[in-house]
Amino acid sequence: MRIAADLLGSTILFGVPLLLVALGGMFAERSGVINLALEGIMIIGALAGCLFLRSANLGGWGVNSPQTAMFIAIIIAGVIGAVFSLLLSFAAINLKANQTIGGTALNQFAPAFAVVLTWAIQGQGQTSITIPTWVRITQANFGFAQSASPGFFENLIFKSFYLTTPIAFILLIASYVILYKTKLGLRLRSCGEHPQAAASVGISVYKMRYIGTTISGFLGGIGGLAFTVAAGSGFQSTVAGYGFLALAVMIFGNWKPLSIFGASMFFAFFKVISSYSGSIPFLPKFENITNSSYIYQCIPYVVTMLVLIFTSKRSQAPLAEGQPYDKGQR
Amino acid sequence: MKKKKPISENAAFAGFLASVGAIVLGLIFGYIMLIVFNPAFANVGIIKILSTGFSTKEKLAKVLYQAAPLMMTGLSVGFAMKTGLFNIGGSGQYLVGAFFALICGVVLKLPWYICLFASMLGGCFWGVFPGLFKSLFNVNEVITAIMFNWIGLFLVNLTLTNIPSALANFYGAATADRTANITAANPTALIPKVWLDKLFNSPYMNISFFIAAIIAVVIYIIIDKTVFGYELKACGFNQKASLYAGINAKRNVVFSMMIAGALSGIGGGIYYLCGTAQYSIIKVLPAMGFNGIPVALLASSNPLGIILSSLFISYIQVGGEALQPEYAKEIIDIIIACIIYLSALSVLMNEFITKMLKAKKEKKDNAALRQSAGASLEAVNAPKEEEK
Repeated sequence: MRIAADLLGSTILFGVPLLLVALGGMFAERSGVINLALEGIMIIGALAGCLFLRSANLGGWGVNSPQTAMFIAIIIAGVIGAVFSLLLSFAAINLKANQTIGGTALNQFAPAFAVVLTWAIQGQGQTSITIPTWVRITQANFGFAQSASPGFFENLIFKSFYLTTPIAFILLIASYVILYKTKLGLRLRSCGEHPQAAASVGISVYKMRYIGTTISGFLGGIGGLAFTVAAGSGFQSTVAGYGFLALAVMIFGNWKPLSIFGASMFFAFFKVISSYSGSIPFLPKFENITNSSYIYQCIPYVVTMLVLIFTSKRSQAPLAEGQPYDKGQR
Repeated sequence: MKKKKPISENAAFAGFLASVGAIVLGLIFGYIMLIVFNPAFANVGIIKILSTGFSTKEKLAKVLYQAAPLMMTGLSVGFAMKTGLFNIGGSGQYLVGAFFALICGVVLKLPWYICLFASMLGGCFWGVFPGLFKSLFNVNEVITAIMFNWIGLFLVNLTLTNIPSALANFYGAATADRTANITAANPTALIPKVWLDKLFNSPYMNISFFIAAIIAVVIYIIIDKTVFGYELKACGFNQKASLYAGINAKRNVVFSMMIAGALSGIGGGIYYLCGTAQYSIIKVLPAMGFNGIPVALLASSNPLGIILSSLFISYIQVGGEALQPEYAKEIIDIIIACIIYLSALSVLMNEFITKMLKAKKEKKDNAALRQSAGASLEAVNAPKEEEK
């Protein structure tokens, strides 16, 4: 049972960043902008959040009110991510630039900038920002001590629990409500399907697309911080391709919030299996192969490809995604 | 690209000016970054970025050495872009190409040209997937390419660690975390140095840059001068129109991804067959594949332009290494990012420049202004020689 709790707990832990970032990608694409910059946005968001946590730790007040500090860090990560995404919005919406290229530029910029800034702040060669240990939510936060032999639920919940997880679930529900139950969501979706039609009934396509990519940047930034706390080895100016994976998860989830939730957990599960492959009893071990864990590391990607084959025929991609809005076009 | 004649109507020239503009603005931005992060060294820093590549023969050799694989991945991205596809899978294709080359060179002990051919096949093999997935299942090639980058990385690592005779410790080295040194395993697999290494006084120097440049010319001829290339380009411009004209668009998608993959694959082969780098079993994708994107963008995907832009990117990268320890060498990546961002606006810049050139042409009728127009054109042309 212990391993089951570990598996489930880690699946949620690694599923959360995917979920957040894929939701971000969804908002951008639903408004008609392909946000290939998610990887870079994640890095910038994580950088800002981690720098804040670092200063809270050095200032000494973080340890006294850890979850307040974490909450502020999450907000900062989101806001900085949103601000960074404005660079993409400006190029893609106002200047009608190629969105893929703009996104690639931001992806190239973010890790380099993060390295340069961490050098400048921490001194030469110091490329990793340590995350303070008080960030993790433990039993003590709820006023009871850790039991001597933690049971299934205690293992599941408290082994690796961060404030990002409950916030991600709140944001998931909020995304669903915004997208489907509000005027804003309807307008946003219409701009991704047929911007000229939306414009004809008085919706400002530029504004909607700006809102879409900015929400996307906000979620992407939080997702970056969520990834960094989950990875557990501090901020190292990289998010290991999670931004791109999130894009696949988004397509896999058919641009719909609840399906994206399913897809991200599915993907995270296979990802976790690969890192636990040695300690799961029923998995084949490939005794005569060195480094057989590489086989399991391939699995999430291969499975995603297979799923995409079967789902892409009835894929419901927003019709106008990736096309700059041209007023004169019909 | 000599000046004078019908220059104002030449699209390539406008593109070139746009790139030079992007480079200048990017460098200015980099200079600002240098000032922000360490004002005391900013002037030294920008001079190092701009002059290190030419400072000694060894540095120049390094520039050429890095430019060759960059040119190949740049050609790969550029070729795909000409045909309307975005090949972000350069890293995976580069890795698989390198893998095929290393297997042929280290394990099978074949000569270098066969290894290079094998690397081409390897890259081609890895490029098939994004193409096939797009044409058969309508899966976006960007997603497939990203997935296959990682699948390629894990499979290459898995296979290499399970072939003992490919690893360094088989030839007496202490570690098994990298492939064997080709010089020790099979010297015939090394790309010939002819007399270039002595001329440049650097072990990095061999004929790889010239191989890459020849391939660039071949790609230019394929794209611009053959029916096949025309069909591929037509699909890139407008798939429906090309279908209507009787071109098999689905097949062409697969072909162009295969060719793009093959080019990246050769990049991997060229890099690891130099004998100066050993493939280490890593967990991150090689940056070389992604760096092909700025190279292609800077040249507006023109194969001949890619020769120049790969040289430029390699040049400032060599300059960036000289920045340490005052700055992290990643400053260069920031500059490159800025240049890509600006070239994303190239449509805008192109329009602006074409408009400007047109305005100039109109002014030419005015005899009094004629001289000043010529002078300023020359002034804009001047940086071109420096970039080379």
